[in-house]
Amino acid sequence: MLYTIIAIVVGFIVGAILLAIIGISPVAAYGKLLTGALSKPKYIAWSVVYATPLILTGLSVAFSFKTGVFNIGAEGQFVVGSLAASVVGVCVSLPPVLHAVVCALAAMAAGGLWGAVVGLLKVKKGINEVLSYIMFNWIAYYLSNYMVNLPFLENEGNVEATKNIQSSASIVCPEWITSLTGCSYTNWGILIAVVVAVVIWVIINKTTLGYQLRAVGFNKNAAEYGGINSNAAFLKAMAISGALSGLGGMVQLCGMSYRISQFAGQEGYGFQGITVALIGSSNPIGCIFAGLFYGVMKYGGTKLTLINAPSEVIDIIMGVIVLFIAVSHVFKVLLTNRKKGGKKK
Amino acid sequence: MGNEQKTAAVEMKGIVKKFGDFVANDHINLTVQKGEVHAILGENGAGKSTLMNVLYGLYQPTEGEIFINGQKVVMDGPNKAIERGIGMVHQHFMLVQPFTVVENIVLGTEPTKGLTVDLKSAREKVVEISKRYNMAIDPDAKIEDISVGMQQRVEILKVLYRGADILILDEPTASLTPQEITELIETIGRLTKDGKSVILITHKLKEITSCADKCTIIRAGKYIDTVDVDKVNENELAAMMVGRDVSFTVDKPDKTPGDVVLDVKDLHGNDYRDIEILRGLNIQVRSGEIVGIAGVDGNGQTELVEILTGLKKATSGSVTVNGQDAYNVTPRRAFDLGITSIPADRQKYGLVLDFSVAENLILQNYQKKPFAKGAFLQKANIGEHATELIEKFDIRPRGTEQHPAGTLSGGNQQKVIIAREVTNDSDLLIAVNPTRGLDVGAIEFVHKYLVEQRNKGKAVLLVSFELDEIMSLSDRIEVIFEGRITGSVPGKDADEKTLGFMMAGGVQHE
Repeated sequence: MLYTIIAIVVGFIVGAILLAIIGISPVAAYGKLLTGALSKPKYIAWSVVYATPLILTGLSVAFSFKTGVFNIGAEGQFVVGSLAASVVGVCVSLPPVLHAVVCALAAMAAGGLWGAVVGLLKVKKGINEVLSYIMFNWIAYYLSNYMVNLPFLENEGNVEATKNIQSSASIVCPEWITSLTGCSYTNWGILIAVVVAVVIWVIINKTTLGYQLRAVGFNKNAAEYGGINSNAAFLKAMAISGALSGLGGMVQLCGMSYRISQFAGQEGYGFQGITVALIGSSNPIGCIFAGLFYGVMKYGGTKLTLINAPSEVIDIIMGVIVLFIAVSHVFKVLLTNRKKGGKKK
Repeated sequence: MGNEQKTAAVEMKGIVKKFGDFVANDHINLTVQKGEVHAILGENGAGKSTLMNVLYGLYQPTEGEIFINGQKVVMDGPNKAIERGIGMVHQHFMLVQPFTVVENIVLGTEPTKGLTVDLKSAREKVVEISKRYNMAIDPDAKIEDISVGMQQRVEILKVLYRGADILILDEPTASLTPQEITELIETIGRLTKDGKSVILITHKLKEITSCADKCTIIRAGKYIDTVDVDKVNENELAAMMVGRDVSFTVDKPDKTPGDVVLDVKDLHGNDYRDIEILRGLNIQVRSGEIVGIAGVDGNGQTELVEILTGLKKATSGSVTVNGQDAYNVTPRRAFDLGITSIPADRQKYGLVLDFSVAENLILQNYQKKPFAKGAFLQKANIGEHATELIEKFDIRPRGTEQHPAGTLSGGNQQKVIIAREVTNDSDLLIAVNPTRGLDVGAIEFVHKYLVEQRNKGKAVLLVSFELDEIMSLSDRIEVIFEGRITGSVPGKDADEKTLGFMMAGGVQHE
């Protein structure tokens, strides 16, 4: 926790130095960032909307870490999740609520499948999951761009995107709430994310499944020796992790974007999930706060252009934070080693 | 040792080291002469390593003084110690695996030539030192390719390269084979002949009697005595170390073995390089008997145990447990059939070090009642189970239920495994080097539990590289050589000479 806070402070300091170099007052920029994200209920609501998918992809990555897998494929799982949700949202007609639920299930199935296939390649063929995850990100990317232009999904007026999902599939809150917050995209996604975070926390810490997964993550040999099937554990973990990213894609689609546009580049929700998981120390509850932090930064960052500051400075700050969290792990290991030596009587 | 008044190489006076309220060293004195091998004996956790870390400058003493060659020194860092000619070889080697021997030895004090490292002259110096002390080594081999014994040699050379006259060896034999231990003892002899002092931290009595001149005993952080090794015997040393009389012989009532529990027939299997190592092995273990497998490491013992416990697949043969097929089953199935084991590598297989002690104690049973109810773990029951076993098996310190297993000392980690496997109470218990790295008190404890399982009518298969252990525990000893059982002797009549002969491939003549 302390290390995370130090890393965040260092991130802001580095950002400030860079801003100062290009002649922008860091005080003004950071002031704008914070007031732009938090000074009005409307802004806060927007920050939360920005944060929601990141909490879910963060949970996805954090969950994979627990089994010793690095889900760098959250990006692709997110994309296929939103793609599945979009197909269901556009082509199937169902009553409200139920429609959204089916969209969510489809998204989780697609994301889960995307993760599980990588898991199968790892377990059956011994292919390093990091490589397949990255390739599956690109497969998802081009699959999405291909599907977007298929006649049944394509938006007639705008060739660059899918049709909007039917309103029955939307998870945006009713008007009395959106008018209360002042953000027209205030949606139920944040509640979904919080509930899912708690469920994941329970699975990891309170269930036999969590025991299996953690045992494999900490020490695969001992887990196998104890009779735990590590291959099955990898598959389960990678499928669940994928499902979480898929759900992130659905929340983004049904809560805000409504349609998928032709990509010009990877959107980064999955990669930002890695940052969220790291800032949240792979703790599911930590991911909620880390996701909200990222949401504030991301939304506040959009306001930076108002004072002619580049919003990319946000990416730099987040990058430095991740770097320093990674470095702090090294320090932590060194420190605990010394402490261990000290405790040794 | 001469009679003239010499200044001691090392003199530590009244060393006190506290960690918070805990007193790790309580007024300890230590005097080491030049050319002397001085052993420091104590149980796991007695404070030996702390004392040495104080001498090496890693810890600052709370009280006390240190003199090196008669001069008072404040050791405020390892650099100071190195400057004064003190070198330490840690129990866990600190070598860079992909680097060569020479690169590792010069690391930190690289001779330079302009901007480049002058490895050539370094290499010459290393070769010269290794020749002087007759420590053969390939200076260009990579650390990852050489054996543990060789790696230790590199560590010792590293210390000598830096000009050390006082060498601290922390549990140097913990991971060595008997052959490597003999070589190490020879090396120590050559070092002291050259006037160097060696401080040997150990809890193995045999090593002390075979190579040390003096021995200082520490118990629970307190100084007990310093003795001349040739004036005491092993029993006296053990009693001073543990604080009570230790029995080296195991009390074992006569017992007629019952039904066959484990039956292995014509087992073939490969090692990790896919070369056949088990070549038609046959062995039986009956209920109520301990069968010891004696053999030099690398004759197929490891593979046999891995196959029996499901971690490895055999290529052909048959295995049954209580008449049920147990050939090439999964670890889970092996466990369910009644096979449980104390693995050779406790940190790799025996424990999940990041798991709490309580979690480790349910490794095979986490999904069973009362530890789980449906999909949910029952924390309270798991905790109670742990408290009970910690008490029963004397796992120290108390109250460590929720602490990571990795924070326990080696001996207590082993106790956690023993507690778990004995409590599993399976029909067949396989114990592989169950007392490796343990002090005599803990060894006595482990032996007691193995015999207890036997007395309860369980079958016990003991694989150990300690011949003494095999001989004192086994009802029957099977000798393994090149992947086959080449001889069998009743435990009672076994003598070391015949066994040694058979282990080396000699054929037994009736």
